[in-house]
Amino acid sequence: MPRTASKPTKKRSKPYTVTSSDTDPVPSASSKTKKSSKENDEKYKLFNKYANTSSGVIDPEGIEKLCSKLKVSHTDIKILMLAWKMKAERQGYFTKAEWRRALKALKVDTIKKLKKALPELEKEVRKPLNFADFYAYAFRYCLTDERQNCIDIGTICQLLDMVLGSTFRDQVDHFVDYLKIQNDYKVITMDQWMGFYRFCNEISFPDMTNYSLELAWPLILDNFFEWMREKQA
Amino acid sequence: MYRETIIDFEQGCKCLEAGVSELKRILEEETSETRIDPKQYLELYTTIYNMCIQKHPHDHSQRLYNKYHDIVEHYAKKTVLPCVQQKHDEYLLRELSRRWDHYKVFVNWLSHFFNYLERFFIPQRNYPSLLEVAMKSFRDRVYLEVQVNAKDVVIALIDKEREGAQIDRELVKNVLNVFVQSGMGTIEKYKEDFEMFLLEDTESYYARKASRWIQECSCPEYMIKSEESLRKEKERVIHYLHSSTECKLVEIVEKELLVSVAKHLLEKEHSGCSALLRDDKVDDLSRMYRLYHPIPKGLEPVADAFRIHVAREGNALIKQAQDAAANGSLVEAQVLVGKIIDLHEKYMVYVLDCFKNHTFFHKALKEAFKVFCNKKVGGSSSAELLANFCDSLLKKSGKSDEAIEATVDNVVKLLDYISDNDLFAEFYRKKLARRLLFDHHKVNKEHETIMITKIKRQQGGQYTSKMEGMVTDMQLAKEFQKGFKGSLTAKPGGIDLAVTVLNTGFWPSYKTSTDLNLPREMVECVEAFKSYYGTKTNQRKLRWLYSHGTCHVIGSFDPKPIELVLSTYQAVVLCLFNNTERLTYQEIIEQLNLSHEDLVRVLLSLSCAKYRILNKEPASKSISTTDVFEFNSKFTSTMRRIKVSIPPPPIDERKKVVEDVDQDRRYAIDACIVRIMKSRKVLPHQQLVSQCVEQLSRMFKPDIKMIKKRIEDLITRDYLERDAKNHHIFNYVA
Repeated sequence: MPRTASKPTKKRSKPYTVTSSDTDPVPSASSKTKKSSKENDEKYKLFNKYANTSSGVIDPEGIEKLCSKLKVSHTDIKILMLAWKMKAERQGYFTKAEWRRALKALKVDTIKKLKKALPELEKEVRKPLNFADFYAYAFRYCLTDERQNCIDIGTICQLLDMVLGSTFRDQVDHFVDYLKIQNDYKVITMDQWMGFYRFCNEISFPDMTNYSLELAWPLILDNFFEWMREKQA
Repeated sequence: MYRETIIDFEQGCKCLEAGVSELKRILEEETSETRIDPKQYLELYTTIYNMCIQKHPHDHSQRLYNKYHDIVEHYAKKTVLPCVQQKHDEYLLRELSRRWDHYKVFVNWLSHFFNYLERFFIPQRNYPSLLEVAMKSFRDRVYLEVQVNAKDVVIALIDKEREGAQIDRELVKNVLNVFVQSGMGTIEKYKEDFEMFLLEDTESYYARKASRWIQECSCPEYMIKSEESLRKEKERVIHYLHSSTECKLVEIVEKELLVSVAKHLLEKEHSGCSALLRDDKVDDLSRMYRLYHPIPKGLEPVADAFRIHVAREGNALIKQAQDAAANGSLVEAQVLVGKIIDLHEKYMVYVLDCFKNHTFFHKALKEAFKVFCNKKVGGSSSAELLANFCDSLLKKSGKSDEAIEATVDNVVKLLDYISDNDLFAEFYRKKLARRLLFDHHKVNKEHETIMITKIKRQQGGQYTSKMEGMVTDMQLAKEFQKGFKGSLTAKPGGIDLAVTVLNTGFWPSYKTSTDLNLPREMVECVEAFKSYYGTKTNQRKLRWLYSHGTCHVIGSFDPKPIELVLSTYQAVVLCLFNNTERLTYQEIIEQLNLSHEDLVRVLLSLSCAKYRILNKEPASKSISTTDVFEFNSKFTSTMRRIKVSIPPPPIDERKKVVEDVDQDRRYAIDACIVRIMKSRKVLPHQQLVSQCVEQLSRMFKPDIKMIKKRIEDLITRDYLERDAKNHHIFNYVA
């Protein structure tokens, strides 16, 4: 996760309300069984261990604590995957409902169990159907502003490395190199972000023989393609 | 007369044979008396007649029919054939021809004798007619034996004639008739046994000729020879070949002489198409057209050669201008554009005259011009050059309406060849604005209107709407001014004020002079007009462009007063000196609130240029912020009125125009994409791009990358989306 506790938090347009009724389809109290309420209590206890008492959410500091407990770096992709599982809306923060959602889905209620569940989670996320969704989520997660719809090049480079680095090392390395030296784009849109994922999946690399400039690949990939060809010549 | 005696078959035959022998004898002697004795004829006819009507079993019709067949067979085989076979070469043909004529006469007489059979027996039994039988016999007994030799001789004769010798055409015609008749109603024998070989021979003959001539002759000479050969071959057909041979023969000659050597011929170095065009050889070019026109696809290489030549000439012109520009001399728009126009006129004449207005050549001319008309010269695009040309053209006074119309016609044609039409419109508009605002006394409204109308006819109303608006604005402004003048009771500030109100939408955008501090008199003027305008219009905001105004100021110099024609900026600076004799640069700029760049230009024009209205300390050639200025009371000139010109601001106008046009293009592409997607709803990428290019082609040639970028931008703005299943297809987002 790129965000750390040391980074200053940006002013948000959506104020965070700390209410117990989080926006979540929570089963009504009457239908809750005794057993599940006990389980929820466990999760909430765990939540409170890391949450900021005044704001009522886990903030970047709390996440760092969590990471050290889980013995993963906060830049590890597994944390992002956890965020995905939570459907966390805001980068660097976990709400109670989000926390409960993930832990319930993973069927864990202690740190130990959570740690054990992480590799399983990774396997699940890496399934093709899930990964596309996760990939798109990763982009949205990094958007800092509600009105914003693109991410700066620097962040993108880091994100690409984290998300696709293990599966498409070659492509990511070259593309990141290209992004750093080109001047046409200072930010990347969702369309371009998804385009790159499609590129990695469909185009053979590094020969790129099945790439065509005539098709609807995003222009930035066309430029990347031409840049690669020039280098290869 | 009813005969009682029955004619016995043998008896009858004897009589018959006698008659036949007589016939043969007559034919052999070839006397003019090719008539059989009428008595004998009647006897023969009657004998046969009687033999036919005799009652069974003496009805000898069938046997007579067979006998007839035998007779002709015999004659053919035993008389005709041996005679012919004995001879060779031309004698063979003569003998064949002679024998053929004899045979025809022979058969003719026989058919008279056997006429009764022909009328009744043959139709009854549906047998082949007597003539058919005879022909068949001739064909089988004679023709089949000699046709190969005959054919060879005929072809040899034809070749001889081709080389210039005289041959007996009638003889050949007659012999070929044999071939034709031997087809028994079809042309097959003639085709298979003669025509096929003739065509083969013709092909190799002309192939040889072609390869020789192409080496030895120049292009015009070759063409003349070809034309002659074609004429002769056609003549040949008329005189002795069957008419059906004509088109095949002509096709072969054309193929060998014209088609297979086309490239070589047209590209001949000193006499090919290029050279002919260069040397204005109208006759030869017309001949070229005539020769190649009937050949399918024959004109294509000619049109190609034409196009290449024109493009080469055009490119040379451009290169010349480019070199001149590289060496530092100004790109003279008038000269270059004028030369291009002349080039166009010159080659249009060829298209209309020699090439008979054929579409191929119109197209070739157009494509050639498109190639070089879009090249840049010295940093200026062709659109800009053309706009400059129009500017100089319209500034020239003293040209008649017809002369202007003719030149404008040419300009508009060139505009068609330029792909960046919108760029031209923008440059033209800028220049038009300057003409209307600064040189309005020189503007010839009729000429301006002629130009705009002709452009409108070709490019459409939307293209010229802004230009028309500008011209109308000037008209309206004049009338409004009259009303304003009429409303005044006294001159505001003691000044004769004339205001031109421009409609922002039509005119190029100008930077407003921010908060210029006008002298009191001028402020009165502005206020007076503002209030008048307010009464006449509803809630319109006026933005004053002091940078574009003119002022007439009387300078009271010691020697004599002189009227100065100045820009408003210049006038405003000078008016400061009404209050003090000396001013520093800083004081001027603070009092007036002009920008530094503008003030420098003004002061330069007043103190360092042709007319020293102000004295500057120090008297250097440039303006610095520490300079001091003083009114030059000693200034004088022989003239009573002088115009103190001020150079236009050095903002790279060209760059701005290009930027503006680029921006407009982006909007145009956006609108085009949305329009297409709105109607089609779903469209693959390639089709969207190609449709976009097509729709915009009237105005400019859109860059594919720019289109792609706009598409992506529209995706981000949620006008389009990629299809979930196929990322190369777009869906319209309503």
